[in-house]
Amino acid sequence: MGILGSDPYAALLGTPLGKRMVDSLGLPKPATLRRYAVDAPLLDGAALLGWLDDDHPIADRIRTIFDVEGIEVGDPFDTLPAAAVIVDLSGIAEPGDLERFRAVVAPSLKRLKSSGRVLVIGRPESSATTPAQAAARRALVGATKSVAKEMRAGGTANLLLVAEGADDQIEAAVRFLLSGRSAYVSGQVIEVSGGSAPVERTEWTQPLAGKVAVVTGAARGIGAAIAEVLARDGATIVAVDVPAAGEALARVANQLRGTALQADVTAPDAGERIVDHAHLRHGGLDIVVHNAGITRDKLLANTDEARWASVLGVNLESILRMNDAILGPRGLRDGGRMVLVSSIAGIAGNRGQTNYGASKAGVIGLTTFLGRDAQLRSRGITVNAVAPGFIETEMTGAVPFATREIGRRLNSLQQGGLPVDVAETIAWLSQDANAGVSGQVVRVCGQSLIGA
Amino acid sequence: MSTSSPRPVAVLGGNRVPFARSGGAYAKATNADLLTTTIDGLVARFGLAGERVGEVVAGAVLKHARDWNLARECVLGTSLDPTTPAYDLQQACGTGLEAAILVANKIALGQIDSGIAGGTDTASDAPMAFSDDLRGVLMRLNRAKTPMDRAKIIASIRPGHLTPSVPQNVEPRTGMSMGEHMAITAKEWGITREAQDELAVASHRNLAAAYDRGFFDDLVTPYLGLSRDGNLRPDTTVEKLASLAPVFGKGEGATMTAGNSTPLTDGASAVLLSTAEWAADHRITPLAWFVDGQAAAVDYVNGGDGLLTAPIFAVPAMLARQGLTLADFDFYEIHEAFASTVLVTLAAWEDEAFCRDRLGLPGALGSIDRSKLNVNGSSLAAGHPFAATGGRIVASLAKMLHEKGSGRGLISICAAGGQGVVAILEAA
Ligand SMILES: NC(=O)c1ccc[n+]([C@@H]2O[C@H](COP(=O)([O-])OP(=O)(O)OC[C@H]3O[C@@H](n4cnc5c(N)ncnc54)[C@H](O)[C@@H]3O)[C@@H](O)[C@H]2O)c1
Repeated sequence: MGILGSDPYAALLGTPLGKRMVDSLGLPKPATLRRYAVDAPLLDGAALLGWLDDDHPIADRIRTIFDVEGIEVGDPFDTLPAAAVIVDLSGIAEPGDLERFRAVVAPSLKRLKSSGRVLVIGRPESSATTPAQAAARRALVGATKSVAKEMRAGGTANLLLVAEGADDQIEAAVRFLLSGRSAYVSGQVIEVSGGSAPVERTEWTQPLAGKVAVVTGAARGIGAAIAEVLARDGATIVAVDVPAAGEALARVANQLRGTALQADVTAPDAGERIVDHAHLRHGGLDIVVHNAGITRDKLLANTDEARWASVLGVNLESILRMNDAILGPRGLRDGGRMVLVSSIAGIAGNRGQTNYGASKAGVIGLTTFLGRDAQLRSRGITVNAVAPGFIETEMTGAVPFATREIGRRLNSLQQGGLPVDVAETIAWLSQDANAGVSGQVVRVCGQSLIGA
Repeated sequence: MSTSSPRPVAVLGGNRVPFARSGGAYAKATNADLLTTTIDGLVARFGLAGERVGEVVAGAVLKHARDWNLARECVLGTSLDPTTPAYDLQQACGTGLEAAILVANKIALGQIDSGIAGGTDTASDAPMAFSDDLRGVLMRLNRAKTPMDRAKIIASIRPGHLTPSVPQNVEPRTGMSMGEHMAITAKEWGITREAQDELAVASHRNLAAAYDRGFFDDLVTPYLGLSRDGNLRPDTTVEKLASLAPVFGKGEGATMTAGNSTPLTDGASAVLLSTAEWAADHRITPLAWFVDGQAAAVDYVNGGDGLLTAPIFAVPAMLARQGLTLADFDFYEIHEAFASTVLVTLAAWEDEAFCRDRLGLPGALGSIDRSKLNVNGSSLAAGHPFAATGGRIVASLAKMLHEKGSGRGLISICAAGGQGVVAILEAA
């Protein structure tokens, strides 16, 4: 199955003529991103680790991960090349402490190999105890996002906020942000709070082994890639799509050795059918990915009731209705995972996509609400969303060339993402080990300028 | 030798592609394409990728010489384990149902635990043969020893030799088409044009309603852009059908039109059968039990029986064996080769003299509650890709019985050569 999108511009860059053209015209030079492979190392080089004096509980935990993975931990003040720089600023108390950020990250940047990683560790501003601490904590957001824009050659920078008491819940997020799984995730702030990841050791190459995962809209595009990646990580797939997409859906299901369920997510009994199928055929339900979505673009002035209703119906209302069954007593198991697919159009809005923007913003509201829901959290269920930016699919392939070309370059990585990038993020959010991340919206957009 | 009593056989479900009018959506698809896709859809529905099932049995009526091992070749093209054995079978329009009976029998006997029965046909990709004259020439050419001999033989080919012989929908022994045969039988039984048109309209209406309520969501997998049967006309009416000119039978009393006869159709179907244990192991809920099957044939050449009347004989034999009466069913699936086929079948069973004289019964076999007949449409609306009709009916009936939660269903399919294949399913 082709989850690799096609980017003729990137292909052109691979030729000598293309390179000359790009150099002489001063065009952007998108790097080939380092992407995850089951047998790839977590980092393809040394990691540099820095921290505030005396107070570095998280850096110590990260060092343990590197020990397990056999990754060399380099000296931040050395000059040898490195794959990542991590700075633990969880103990930051006032703006003066930010110098540590500069002192560690600045010299490291020149040493980073392609697809390098900057990972900044902080604490949420909401739990600050002094004005100075709140200011300093928030400053890390601006600093990280700015560094992300400075990075070249496929490098990314992200900020991981670790709530007090959640220090032992960070491993899945750290691994995600350092690995090729987060190739197209940059300039993001992700918070880890609460949660109780299972104590058993995680098998990191098969983190979803034994799980039953439902993916809606799985016949093609991003949904097919999600199904493929979840299956690669060990899950049994229930691939759902409209009956009319049944031919492609069967191909996806058979390739992944899962089952195909032909169902329109807007049907009143869709949730029940999904839950029934997962229970009867696979013995339970662990992961649900609400990915099915449509666009019916028109300026609002020209949008009739049907265009409005169909987009909100498929992209938002269907999820609410299906969740009655999915979050009900026969639905997701305790410790289950739900991931919703939003869009940067739901964050920034988009001309001609008022219906779509409304639906995708609604998805974020739903995610935030459910992610905080005390009852769900007490059952160990997390709910998160991904917000893809420009992803190379049939949907975006239909966009006129010039618009598409702009869409694809308007981000810090200077290229469109691939369906697999969205899928990797969803697979990470679906891990048991990721119990501390809930109610978050992770943008998979290469730090798009839109809605930043 | 150990003997054991037959095991119950479960129908777990089925799959088919939407049926297309010949020359339509599947104009470029072969039997192998249709059957492979259909089996793959079944595999996806039941999560059987990489599994070996006991056996795949399938056939086609219009079959190319190259398709001599069709079922096995298709299996190799699907996601099933390539060590799944398969064989072909052919019993005209009874092929699909006969395949299900064979799979069921092997399961019942303990020879296999699971199996897939299927059928495919395309009139768009029908085989054509060289004329017998040209074939003679070519065979001689093949045997020729010297270049000189070959040149002489080639020179003997005449333009007339090149006219291909296209298979025709005619009975070899009578030279008459099925429709012409049926027209005679319909006239004998006094079947009216109105009754036929009404049956056709009901078929379209019932099939459309079944699609609308999602009945086929887990029975049909779209193919090549077709999501519903191409022949389906939900808005057809008795008035519209009344305007069509008869195409079979002659003169005044001709009643059979393109509207109340099935068109040439392309499509394929497949059904999954197994023991209760195999189903439980695979966490699949059985829809129905495959209770019994029966074939019969009539002498339509020298005897007086109509070409498509064999099911009339097969059903009472099977009912007697099962200790059932015609009234003991909740659904009747009588294949609509022509509307008149169904109506003649019902009329014969209601006819005391016929049942006494020809079926050897004490009186009429009985009449059926027409509201239980072909309730989700049949071949007049869906179309009739010969070998695929049996699988279509078995899977749909099994689901209907499962939805109802109890009861029995009767299947009756007529076939060329004066044959008929019938079967009984019971809700699981
Ligand atoms: N491609 C992008 O750049 C991009 C960007 C942001 C967000 N997204 C979102 O990602 C998701 C997948 O997008 P894609 O690009 O793969 O689109 P796509 O059109 O290629 O695939 C969407 C799938 O959803 C299915 N679907 C639509 N309506 C359905 C319904 N009622 N019931 C069941 N299935 C239904 C379709 O049949 C299709 O297979 C969507 O939610 C989309 O809004 C995409």
